[in-house]
Amino acid sequence: MLVLVEQSLNGLQFGLLLFLLAAGLTLVFGIMDFVNLAHGSLYMMGAYFAATFVAWTNSFVLGILMALGATLLLGIALEFIALRHLYGRDHLDQVLATFGLILFFNDAVRLIWGPAGLSLPLPAWLTVPVQIVPGVFYPAYRLSIIVVALAVAALLYIVVMRTRIGMLIRAGASNREMIGALGINIKLLFTLVFGLGAALAGLAGLMQAPILTVQIGMGENILILAFVIIVIGGIGSIRGAFMAAIFVGMIDTLGRAFLPDLLRTVLSSAAASTAAPALSSMLIYLLMAIVLVVRPEGLFPAAKR
Amino acid sequence: MKSHINARNVIVALVALGLTLLPAYSALTGNIFILTLFTRIVIFALAAASLNLIMGYGGMMSFGHAAYLGIGGYAVGILAHEGIGSGFIQWPVALALSALYALVIGALSLRTRGVYFIMITLAFAQMAYYIASGLSRYGGDDGLTIYKRSTFGGLIDLSNRVQFYYLCLACLFGGVYLIWRIINSRFGMVVQGVRSNEQRMQAIGFHANRYRLVCFVISGTICGLAGALLANNTDFISPAGMYWTRSGELMVMVVFGGMGSLFGPVLGTIVFLLLEEVLSQFTEYWALIMGPLLLLIVLFARGGIMGLLGRLSRG
Repeated sequence: MLVLVEQSLNGLQFGLLLFLLAAGLTLVFGIMDFVNLAHGSLYMMGAYFAATFVAWTNSFVLGILMALGATLLLGIALEFIALRHLYGRDHLDQVLATFGLILFFNDAVRLIWGPAGLSLPLPAWLTVPVQIVPGVFYPAYRLSIIVVALAVAALLYIVVMRTRIGMLIRAGASNREMIGALGINIKLLFTLVFGLGAALAGLAGLMQAPILTVQIGMGENILILAFVIIVIGGIGSIRGAFMAAIFVGMIDTLGRAFLPDLLRTVLSSAAASTAAPALSSMLIYLLMAIVLVVRPEGLFPAAKR
Repeated sequence: MKSHINARNVIVALVALGLTLLPAYSALTGNIFILTLFTRIVIFALAAASLNLIMGYGGMMSFGHAAYLGIGGYAVGILAHEGIGSGFIQWPVALALSALYALVIGALSLRTRGVYFIMITLAFAQMAYYIASGLSRYGGDDGLTIYKRSTFGGLIDLSNRVQFYYLCLACLFGGVYLIWRIINSRFGMVVQGVRSNEQRMQAIGFHANRYRLVCFVISGTICGLAGALLANNTDFISPAGMYWTRSGELMVMVVFGGMGSLFGPVLGTIVFLLLEEVLSQFTEYWALIMGPLLLLIVLFARGGIMGLLGRLSRG
């Protein structure tokens, strides 16, 4: 029972992290109709920036704030130099161009930081376990990820649904030409949205960094997960991305935690321990395939066009 | 009638001739490396050509073509591991499994369009990748070494570099010829018609998805053959070879060469893999140049190499 609570919290934490990544992706996709494979690279850069700046400043909080700013700037620069020329091209061109950017970022990181991974040590005040209900302890850092991610999700909701910028973003998602014709500086809006998405990806990367090692290619696997999420949730829908991210995070974590034991009842122990991770990774793709076959527009499609 | 002698056709002919004469060059200069390199290039060219059939002519952007390379390869590897070394069994099994996989995922994926199609083919390929990682009996994540290449009852010796190269080249030329016949047949015309205007084709009575599906299966089967060749070439098969970045590379090869042109993917593969080879000799960080180059090609060179040559021959 305790294990179940703990693993469910882990699932929630992973799901929220995935949401941060998917939210940026779905905003960019929904509004600019732009497929950005390099989103995973921004996630990776966030983690590398954090590891570097925390080591420089000797302060965890200051370091991650700097890393967040750096990812935001990187995202804006990327949009300004390269990606804005790709809006309006077909998806294949965008996939290929951003695939090229993945190659570039991976080697750039290898050149700057070397092939070995980095680690981002936690400050002492985040390593203590917290008693969440009597008798159940949970690592403070993972708990703080949940809190930060929920806060960001709430903030994002308020910005998108309650502010003028958010109104423009939603208007851009439903009809780009129209809001351009109404005199809104659509280029600036796009740059802003892209920067926001980059910062969210960076935030996800730097929050994940202390849990996993910071390494080259860390963005690629999780990028595909983020794509799965926005496809399940319905492209362009933040609400859909949120639901799907929690769902996928739970399935992934609980699958990894409990499938080995479940499989051991039918398979030999050795076979179960190799088959289980593969099976739990597959579950997510299976889910996506089912969703696409049954509801090709995703579970929570954004406004009809 | 239009003259067939233009820059594009001359270059295609020269490349085909060069590929045919390559073993002679390798024997004369004693440069074995170039033969090994080009064996790999020819195999990937076959895979790219198969992808081009659905991308360029069928309008289906498959982001999961690496799965067929893996399926074809694992069919050879697993059968060899179980003591069945005959290519007469291994290869038909590789082709049949690829066709079956293409049939199943094609039937499901073709319910979607556009970017959803890109994503669902990617998802299925990732599933195949994880299945391969879970095959603990056959090495799991670490992959499977193939100790003995496929045997063809003394007909051809795959361990002989030159014979193997010519087998791969024959498969490539055969594959390209087959694709040429397909796109010029009634079937191919319908498939291209569906790409241009699905509704109109439906309206005049063609069952669009059935044509699409058959085209998808043919493409997958040809790519499965490339997978069987690749496994024999590397004597090794592992899940890493079916990761989604491999599918991305195949797409790059097609677009490099020129999507929707018969010989384009072959040129694209040659250029892509040679560039990778040359750059990686020049610097360890070859992708630092390849990545932005890819971006520039997408931005400024639409139609790839073939498009460029076409403009040359017109100008």
